[in-house]
This record gives sequence, C-alpha cells and structure tokens, in this order.
Amino acid sequence: MSTDMKPDSGVVDTKRRRFLVNSTSVVAAVGAGFVAVPFLSSWMPSERAKNAGAPVEVDISKLEEGRLMVVEWQSKPVWIVKRSAKTLTDLVSLDGTLSDPNSENVDQQPEYAQNANRSIKPEISVLVGICTHLGCSPTFRPEIGAADLGADWLGGFFCPCHSSKFDLAGRVYQGVPAPTNLVVPPHKYVSDNVIIVGVDGEAA
Amino acid sequence: MSLMNWIDDRFPATKMWNDHLAKYYTPKNFNFWYFFGSLALMVLVIQIISGIFLTMHYKPDGAMAFASVEYIMRDVPYGWLIRYIHSTGATAFFVVVYLHMLRGMMYGSYKKPRELIWLFGMFIYVALMAEAFMGYLLPWGQMSYWGAQVIISLFGAIPVIGDDLTLWIRGDFVIGDATLNRFFALHVIALPFVLVFLVVAHILALHEVGSNNPDGVEIKKLKDADGVPLDGIPFHPYYSVKDIVGVVVFLFFFSIVLFYFPDGGGYLLEHANFIASDPLKTPEHIAPVWYFTPFYAILRAVPDKLMGVGTMGAAIVVLFFLPWIDRCKVKSIRYRSIVFKLNLLVFGVSFVVLGWLAMQPATEILTMFSRIFTFLYFAFFVVLFVTSKNEKTKPVPDRVTS
Amino acid sequence: MKSLVKLLIIAVMLTPVMAAASGGAKLLKAPIDINDKESLRRGAQAFGDYCYSCHAASFMRFNRIAKDLDMEEQEVREMLIHTYNEKGAPTKIGDLMEVSMTDAYAENAFGTSVPDLTLAARARGADWIYTYLRSFYVDEDRPTGFNNAVFPDVGMPHVLWSLQGLQEPVYETVMHGDIEVDEIVHFEKIQDGKLTRVEYDVFLGDLTNFMVYIAEPVQVERRSMGWKVMLFLVVLFGFAFALKKEYWKDVH
Repeated sequence: MSTDMKPDSGVVDTKRRRFLVNSTSVVAAVGAGFVAVPFLSSWMPSERAKNAGAPVEVDISKLEEGRLMVVEWQSKPVWIVKRSAKTLTDLVSLDGTLSDPNSENVDQQPEYAQNANRSIKPEISVLVGICTHLGCSPTFRPEIGAADLGADWLGGFFCPCHSSKFDLAGRVYQGVPAPTNLVVPPHKYVSDNVIIVGVDGEAA
Repeated sequence: MSLMNWIDDRFPATKMWNDHLAKYYTPKNFNFWYFFGSLALMVLVIQIISGIFLTMHYKPDGAMAFASVEYIMRDVPYGWLIRYIHSTGATAFFVVVYLHMLRGMMYGSYKKPRELIWLFGMFIYVALMAEAFMGYLLPWGQMSYWGAQVIISLFGAIPVIGDDLTLWIRGDFVIGDATLNRFFALHVIALPFVLVFLVVAHILALHEVGSNNPDGVEIKKLKDADGVPLDGIPFHPYYSVKDIVGVVVFLFFFSIVLFYFPDGGGYLLEHANFIASDPLKTPEHIAPVWYFTPFYAILRAVPDKLMGVGTMGAAIVVLFFLPWIDRCKVKSIRYRSIVFKLNLLVFGVSFVVLGWLAMQPATEILTMFSRIFTFLYFAFFVVLFVTSKNEKTKPVPDRVTS
Repeated sequence: MKSLVKLLIIAVMLTPVMAAASGGAKLLKAPIDINDKESLRRGAQAFGDYCYSCHAASFMRFNRIAKDLDMEEQEVREMLIHTYNEKGAPTKIGDLMEVSMTDAYAENAFGTSVPDLTLAARARGADWIYTYLRSFYVDEDRPTGFNNAVFPDVGMPHVLWSLQGLQEPVYETVMHGDIEVDEIVHFEKIQDGKLTRVEYDVFLGDLTNFMVYIAEPVQVERRSMGWKVMLFLVVLFGFAFALKKEYWKDVH
C-alpha cells in the first residue's frame, strides 16, 4: 500500500487537501501571531520604568538668576535655568550664528515653547540635557567670553564629547556636529514656582 | 526550485527533510501513546522560549531574586503569562515524559535494537530532573530554599567527601547568593545545551533504527519492491498532521492549568514559596514538587541516611538497565504474559502511590506503606528479570494490526 | 492495555485525596469574589485604615489599584497615600506600597518583624486570613493583651478590637488518643465593638477579598484570557482534525 497511497475511493481530492492545509495554516498563523504579542510586549517599559518616567514636580522658588538646576525625568537629566534680562536680549543677537534660531524644527519643543526664548516664562528655560548629536550630556558654561570658547561666547552649553555648542535657550550653533536644538520637554506650571516636567500644559 | 538546488549543493537540506520527515517511514499503527514524544519536544521549545524571556527580567541575586519574580508577575507587560507558561510547562514536561516512558515500557521500545534510544532518553530524564531542580531554586521562596537545602544535603551522605562536596556545590556554608547564581547559570545555559544535545541524539538514534509500534513488530522486515516498509507511512504528511491534532489537544489541557489553576492548589507553585526565603526559618512541611515525589518517598522510606540516598539513586539507575533486565524477545505488552502485565501494573501503581505518600506527613503507618511500595517498585525489576527469560508469550503477527 | 487504563483511573482517583491535607484549627470559608469591585474597594479602604500603617504590600503599586478597581488616582491617593518617599518628595501614584517601619524597629516593638502582606493570601490562603482576623481573644498573659486561636502567641496586637469588640474563649476537654487536651470550641463576646457580628463578617470578607486581589492582581484578566485562548484552540482543532482525517484516508 505504501507504493500507492490513495484513499479507498482511489481518488485524492487535491482541492480539499489544499483548502484544509491552507486554512489550518492560516488559523495556526493567527494563533502564532497572538502568541507573539505577549512576548514582544514584554519588552515595553514595565510599570516600574513607567513610574520612574512619570512626571516630576519641581519647586524652583530657590533657583537663583544665572543658575542651573538638574532634575531627573525618565532617567534623563532635565535642566532648569533662570536667565537674566541681559541674557534674554543677548539671545536675539545670536540668531545669525545659529542653525535654527526660530525653532522651526517642531520635534524639538512643544508648541508653547516655540518662541524666541524657547520657554513658557521668558526667564525660565527647561531643557532635556542630552546632546542631539550622540547623546552625551553637555556642560553648563554660563561665563561670558570663556577662554576656551572664544571671546564672543555669551554663555550656553558645551558638549565635551564632540564640541557641539548651544546657547542659553538650547539653540545649536552653526558648524558643530549636533544637528538640532536641544529638546524642550513637555512641562507646565502648576503655580508660579512649581513646574511639572513630563506633562503638557497651556502656554502661560 | 533553483534556489533549493543551490542550497542542496552546499547543505543537505532536502536530504535532511527526506531522511527525517518526508521519507522517514513510520509504522502506521501508532496509537494515543505515541503523541507524547512529539509533545515532549514541543514542551522543550516552549520552555526554552519562555525561559529566555524570563531571563530578560529575572535577577539571580539573593537580595533581588524573589522581588524580581513578583516584578515579572506584576510590572512587566504580560510577564505573568510568560512566567505561568514556564511554571506550567515544567509540570507538563514531566507529565508527557512520564507517559512517554511508560509507553516505552508497555511496548518494549527499549529492546534491541533500540537500547541506545532508551539510554539517551534516560539521560534526558536525569538532565531534566537536574534542570527542574535548579530552576525551582530561582524564585527564591521558602520552598525553593529549603527544598534545595534538603536535596543538596543528600550529597552529604556520601562517605568521606560528603561534607566537602555539599560545601562545594553551595559555595557557601548554607544556600546563598553563590548557590543561586551558579544554579541560574546551569539552569539557563549549561543544562539546556545538554538537553538539546541529548534530544538530538535520541531522535537521530530513533531515525537510524526506526520507530517501534504498539505491536512491537519490526516494519523494516517486510518491504515492497521499492524498499519501502509495507506497514510504513511517511512521517510527513501523515504523522505531522496527526501530531498537530495532538498538540492542539495538549495545548487545550495546558491552557486549563495555565489560566485557571496556575498554582495547582499548591502542588505546582507551593504556598510556602510565596514567602521570601529565610535561612533562619524552616517551613512546617517540606514536600518536593510532584514530579520528584516518588523518589523522595523512597528516600524517606529508608531509616538510614546513606542507605536512603543510595536506594533513591538506585531507583533511578535501575531504569537505565531495563533493556538488559527484560530478557523477553517479545516487545509489546499485547503479546506478553499476564505476569508481565500485572508486574507492570503494580510498578505503575507503586510509582503513583509513592508520589502521593511523599506529600503526606511521615506517620508510622504511612512510612510502613512507603516501605511496602518501595519494595514493590524494586520487585518489578527482579520479577521482570526472573520471569522474562522463559516467558509464555502469544504469537506475534508479521504485520501490524490496526 | 486495559490494565493500564485501570492504572490511570486509579491515579485520577487518588488526586482528590491529595488535596485534603492541612493541619491546625478549623478554618472558616472566606466569602471571596474577586469580581466584586465594590467589595474590593471597601477592602482597600480597610487595608489602608488598619493594616497599611505597619504592614507593607511592597510588590503592589497604588496606580494598579486605581486601574483594576475602577477608581480615580486621586481617590486611591486619599485612601492609601499619606507618606513621603526617602527623598522627601510626595509618594507617587505609581510607587510601590512600602512602609517606613524598619525590621529593627518592629523586632523591638512586637518581638518579630512585620510580614509583607502582598502575597499573604497566596502563602496562607484566604480562609486562614479570614479566620485568623476573627480569632483574637483576651489574654492578660500576652504583652499585647490578646492571643489568637489560629496563630497562638502571635506578636500582632488585635488592631480591629474596636470594631469586633472583645471576646473570651470557651474551652472543652477533648481526647486526642489517650491525651486530654483543652480545645477552644467557640468564643463568648464580653464587650461589643462598633460593628455587629454580621457587619464585622462583611468587613473581614472585604478585607480578605482585597488581600486575595493584591496577591495576584492579574487573576481576573488571566481567567478572561483563558477561555478566549481555549475557544481559539477549539476552532484550530476543527481544522486540524479535518486535515488529519483527509490525509489519513490514504492509510488502510
């Protein structure tokens, strides 16, 4: 019998066989797809990671002019800088030397921070402290005319990894490796001196 | 097809497909019992995949292990499902392996020329026990801890080197972080390698000599003009489509346990294992997980530490010699004497009863029962050896019956 | 072959016997209904009011309770969160339900560390918790003034006494083989609490229910996923079985 494997009828219903092979395969493939979901989802951030990345409340009442404070959000450093009136006027003068002075790249800041100072309140800048080049964290260099950064340096951020430069609004200079301005994270003011980083709010 | 030719010139893809599936001729009379081999293979795959994903979240650290399991159960998306698949899979593995072994004993699948298949299978079984034992330490609960403490202490029964050996295995004076860490490495890397290697050897040996069947007839003896066994059918598509049905039915029962009884009333995930391990406090009642219990009962039945460990070891070792203990030429239980049938029945019952006894507190009367059934367990092999030489068997047909 | 079928039957028959073994005091059946979210919310309140100041549930996150029990995060915050984390910031809704009491402090105050309660229902069983919490009785010899019939000489004080009231045990002498043993057969109320007996039972039922929930928060989802998976397997079985039948027409 093994030489001529045929049903009793002597005729193999190839159409029916093909249909059954295909339909069983399709149903099994759907099942495999469902099985894949939990395994692939298990790579998504866990509740612990989500909690660590949850919005953080920051009290800025003690932040002095010209100083920077760092808070952690989603395990990333977030800078909050209080800028002086002079700094704000200086920023305008830099426009010609920057890659994207008007923050036209909308991925780099929420809509409410797409303005000259890239901030909700003019003097308070909130930035994610990670270089848009390759992910190093730049250093805060507020001193005007710093020896290593040139006499025309008006204060800003300098990335030690590949020498990218940003001004005090996080805007990137021309001719450095970093392609875009520093990211302004979503944030809002719950009162004059309390910011929540991680959730969007209306422009102040 | 030219791509296939290109590959075949460089790698025996088509040849392997034919040798092991499309032209591997399998007896056409396989029954229900023959599902468990392919099911065991599938459970191995399930365990490896779910295990890999658990490894991504588990922390093999004495201070973090217990919490990391709860982290998987709660915080990792679908971590609970992956963990329950793995814990239910451990039980499923032993269920199908025990049924697979019983099948081999019923139909004499260990007999010439399949002795090596049986031996590879026995090595798989022992490796699987080691794998399960080490895996059970990882949740780092009270049962993990004290169960491992007891089992490792068994090695202390070995004269002269016993104490140093247990110290070496633990890497500490009690079970500790070092033990957990090395068991983790063995559980996720070393033993899976060994298991996969042995499974490949088991299947290659099987495909070399061909499968046995419920009649214990060698189908290769009668072939047609093309050299194809008259009672053989190609594994693919006939047994592949049949095994798919077996897999679906198996998964149905697997799902019942997985989704509705994942802790199996305390027999699969023991209650005390939901308390973090504490080296200063022994749980009131230590019982191993169900798949080890028959051997644990044998251990407890013997009132001497060294003898107990020796007897328990012998209970496993004796199984290796089954192909030579059974001297009957007839393979299948269908054509063997009533003595063999009763003997195998008593053995099966002893195994189950011993398993149950190990989960009970050791009262006087139950200890006596443990001894009786331990005796019956070993008596199986003695009776088999004595009676199988000149056993009154029924005539075995030339062809398989359906 | 037949003999082996018998063997299997014996094996199956033995299974219920295995499920029996358990020692100690007789436990009452806890009225658990994990789908009763109303009860679970009351249980959460009870847990927050009476347990959570000493006992942690340190594998459970606050926001999980909000999500699973259909509560606003703010409600859970008011019900359970009264603390600040180690950095001095307010406890976040996504934080674990930890407590600030250290083991050393607990050893000093109660003579034992205070167990984490996340998994208590899986370790002890719901019936144990339910029975334990109603089995405190007045015992002047104990430092807390209370003893417990389910957990003799327990270190925990009877924190629910103002609800349950006070009770004294009634003993009866029973023979255990040849030995006479005084066993507690029931309790006699000596001072009423704020709750009636029935109200207290409901209270404990809710609390136990909540503890069963936190021991395995996924259980509702697990069961509902289960029947869907099995339904799918039934469909797949239909196709696979037809496929097998079709091919096996060849085999005579």
